[in-house]
Amino acid sequence: MVTAVAVIRMRDLFAIVMLFGIYSLVSAGLFVVLDAVDVAFTEASVGAGVATVFMLGTLALTTSREKPSSRSPFLPLLVVFITGAALIYGTLDFPPFGDPNDPIHKHVAPHYIEESGAEIGIPNIVTSVLASYRGYDTLGETAVIFTAGIGVLLLIGGARRRKPPTSDKDSSP
Amino acid sequence: MKQYAVLRVVIRLLLPLILLFALYVQFHGDFGPGGGFQAGVIFGAGVVLYALVFGLHNARTIFPPWLLRLGMSLGVLIYAGVGIVSLLLGGNFLGYGALDAHHPEHGQHLGILLVEMGVGITVSAVMISIFFAFAWRGR
Repeated sequence: MVTAVAVIRMRDLFAIVMLFGIYSLVSAGLFVVLDAVDVAFTEASVGAGVATVFMLGTLALTTSREKPSSRSPFLPLLVVFITGAALIYGTLDFPPFGDPNDPIHKHVAPHYIEESGAEIGIPNIVTSVLASYRGYDTLGETAVIFTAGIGVLLLIGGARRRKPPTSDKDSSP
Repeated sequence: MKQYAVLRVVIRLLLPLILLFALYVQFHGDFGPGGGFQAGVIFGAGVVLYALVFGLHNARTIFPPWLLRLGMSLGVLIYAGVGIVSLLLGGNFLGYGALDAHHPEHGQHLGILLVEMGVGITVSAVMISIFFAFAWRGR
């Protein structure tokens, strides 16, 4: 929370990237507190580790100062407030946190917890859900990563060709 | 970075441990937290560290772009291939139980292992190549 406010107030993008890393690390700690070790692992390695490096790489390509905005901030602020209020209003219908009678604990979770040892035979239920019961989703995620890699390579990965500035007119149809 | 002797020595000591930890996370995902995704990211981070300290050129000779492109597509191919093989063996798409006709559990084990390996290969190759793309462009 403190880091989020600091991110908004700051103009130095380098410090903002670092604060994002700290924010990811803190949320990883939060996930550990919630007993979601796999998610915490991912958050710590991706959010705090690699994503920070990538953003620093982007800063090295661009600039590390944010340009002051000339527009009035009130319309975006209004949109954000309305969206946030709608989201908070949506949470009012949620079942109470940690209640064993919540719908999420009644649907497929009991089956996974009780049967996955016999059906899949590996101790980590998260892995058996991720790779076997929800194999389609993980295949999709892998495809997303693959597509992201292709996108970055297409945009900035190729060998840099120094074109003369006039060649643009010739090539345009 | 020839002048930072301490950094070079420390990284040289740490790097095998980081890569080994990535492999541990990869293959121990059945028993503890972790899996292909995290392992790929850790492996990629290790290579990024190597590139930062020992130079981009050295890192690119170890992981040339064609190898990374091959790895990116190979991982997805392994994943989808496991699904298609289980389909051909008479099961559902990605139903690993069909991989071993007599012991569906063993088939599940094998399928999860292969699938996680595919995820790990793709993720590490993508992470390394994104970093190389940024760093190469920024020289």
